[in-house]
Amino acid sequence: MAGGIATSRPAHGAPTAERGRPTSESPAVKWLLITIAVIFLAAVVLLPLITVFVEGLKRGWNVYISAMTDPDAVSALKLTLLVAVIAVPLNTIFGIAASWLIAKFSFRGKNLLLTLIDLPFSVSPVIAGFMFLLLFGAQGYLGPWFDERGLQIVFAPPGIILATMFVTFPFVARELIPLMQAQGTQEEEAAATLGAKGFRIFWSVTLPNIKWALLYGLVLCNARAMGEFGAVSVVSGHIRGETNTLPLHVEILYNEYQFSASFAAASLLMLLALLTLGAKSLVEWKTAQRNQDLEG
Amino acid sequence: MTQKKNSFLKLPVLLLTTSLVLGLAACGSGNSNSNNGGSGGAGTPAGNTGVNAANNANTGTEANTTPKEPVELLNVSYDPTRELYVSFNAAFAKYWKKKTGQEVTIKQSHGGSGKQSLSVISGLKADVVTLALGYDIDAIAERGLINKDWKSKFQSNSAPYTSTIVFLVRKGNPKGIKDWNDLVKPDVEVITPNPATSGGARWNYLAAWGYAQKQDGGDETKTKEFMKQLFQNVPVLDSGARGSTTTFTERGIGDVLLAWENEAFLSQKELGDKFEIVYPSLSILAEPPVAIVDKVVDDRGTREVAEAYLKYLYTEEGQRIAADHFYRPINPDIAAQYKDKFKELELLQIDKDFGGWAEAQKKHFAEGGTFDEIYKPGSK
Repeated sequence: MAGGIATSRPAHGAPTAERGRPTSESPAVKWLLITIAVIFLAAVVLLPLITVFVEGLKRGWNVYISAMTDPDAVSALKLTLLVAVIAVPLNTIFGIAASWLIAKFSFRGKNLLLTLIDLPFSVSPVIAGFMFLLLFGAQGYLGPWFDERGLQIVFAPPGIILATMFVTFPFVARELIPLMQAQGTQEEEAAATLGAKGFRIFWSVTLPNIKWALLYGLVLCNARAMGEFGAVSVVSGHIRGETNTLPLHVEILYNEYQFSASFAAASLLMLLALLTLGAKSLVEWKTAQRNQDLEG
Repeated sequence: MTQKKNSFLKLPVLLLTTSLVLGLAACGSGNSNSNNGGSGGAGTPAGNTGVNAANNANTGTEANTTPKEPVELLNVSYDPTRELYVSFNAAFAKYWKKKTGQEVTIKQSHGGSGKQSLSVISGLKADVVTLALGYDIDAIAERGLINKDWKSKFQSNSAPYTSTIVFLVRKGNPKGIKDWNDLVKPDVEVITPNPATSGGARWNYLAAWGYAQKQDGGDETKTKEFMKQLFQNVPVLDSGARGSTTTFTERGIGDVLLAWENEAFLSQKELGDKFEIVYPSLSILAEPPVAIVDKVVDDRGTREVAEAYLKYLYTEEGQRIAADHFYRPINPDIAAQYKDKFKELELLQIDKDFGGWAEAQKKHFAEGGTFDEIYKPGSK
């Protein structure tokens, strides 16, 4: 009997035996891959992360706390947050607008626009800083005009914000464009035939579709805005307590033999990054819950 | 379709416009912040009284007796003076408060001397500059920000302290480095910053040049060969003296660091006895000068306090603070007190042996100068 069934359904034998496993790899391969991934993550991400905190706390909590509450550190933290608070939303608005334009319309010069959006990725941040120095410096093209009006651009927060915006410019757009292109325009067209106007279409059709990519772009943009060193270093002027961002502050402390304080400040920057990631996870979790509620 | 396209297009255009408007608004607000926080209210009535006070001081009258608004100064300095000015600023603020009742906060900015000079030229609003060498201040003066006669404004060519160039080697001096001619040996790695951006590096360069000239009896071809060999032994050129120090002490690169005497002492103090200082047979008298940035102090009305600040460097307390931070004081009484700390050695002088900074800069460090001739990046 068994032999009869087996001979009558030879082709189905193998798949039945493999049920429950999407691939045909053996468990050994699976565990090998997991081990490699975990070791790699531990060595490249986790270990340096822990080192920063350990080094920061080497001379005890007192040094750590006083490094955090040092007026220069506080001012660097404030400036870093100010820069992020201005640069990230502006780049988000621009990113959404640009990717909407590129993904949903065809027009002359579209490729040029795409290339321009990518430009900050291919320009070294230091060069980006020098461009702003050439533009807004006292010997630059626009610098004297602003100077006459008492406006300081470079060696002041506006220059730092501009440089950061330039460097973080493509992050949101670059996340959104491929997704929006893949999604096409059918849903928007359907909405339009039903009588929805531009903003309504954006709000209730486009935005929900791009939500996750947008959030991811925001996280990347924010991380870079708070961590940017090269471009900011050129336009900062390194005035302590005034134009130093956290990354510059970390370097200064390191160069002044204050290694623990330097790592303490670095851990502060790290905490900011972790906070951003935490916020992203929270949003993800909340949305998943709401969706479940809706479905339930 | 065209109808619909238009309604699609409205949104991005709207968004782009808002982002532009927001961007401008952001710049504006960022700026007003920096003005309020940064300049001590240059545009306010308080700023104006500052101007008046400065004018009074210029005509020789006593300082204003009415209580004055707090004032801020920006001191743009070179790399190794970080710790010196932290101490000095605190001392000056105390002195100034006692004398005039005015609160003064001094902000610091540090980097390679040449780079800092360029920043001031590009618009960094320094009230005073305290740089590594005269040429970097001349460069600012050339742009009209500092009066050309800045050198005669304060004593001893406006250099309130001096220093020299020494060797810092690893403990036990494993390569047996005693003098400049040991630096050109093939197995020795030398650390020095980049003469293009660092003042200390230019003093290093001239000291080595002066030594070679003496050895070669003034034969410039031989001297250039010596310098070429020396720079072939340099694996990395940092942009400032402090960068080179961390390269040598922290990253453990190189056998010998050509360093400011003060920088060498400081790293010994900070990092324990892992290093030894070697005095070569001949070095150079480095005179880091100070100057008031006339255009900035006149715009901001800070001339009086800026002048007092630099003058305070010459007082006994100022000199003592400098000596405590391993700078050689110029006041003979204070120098006598610190006699044991600073070794006497034969020192070349920039004016006597190199014809002054303008000439030295042109001959050695300007485009096409001897440094360009002897140094090819990655030539090792």
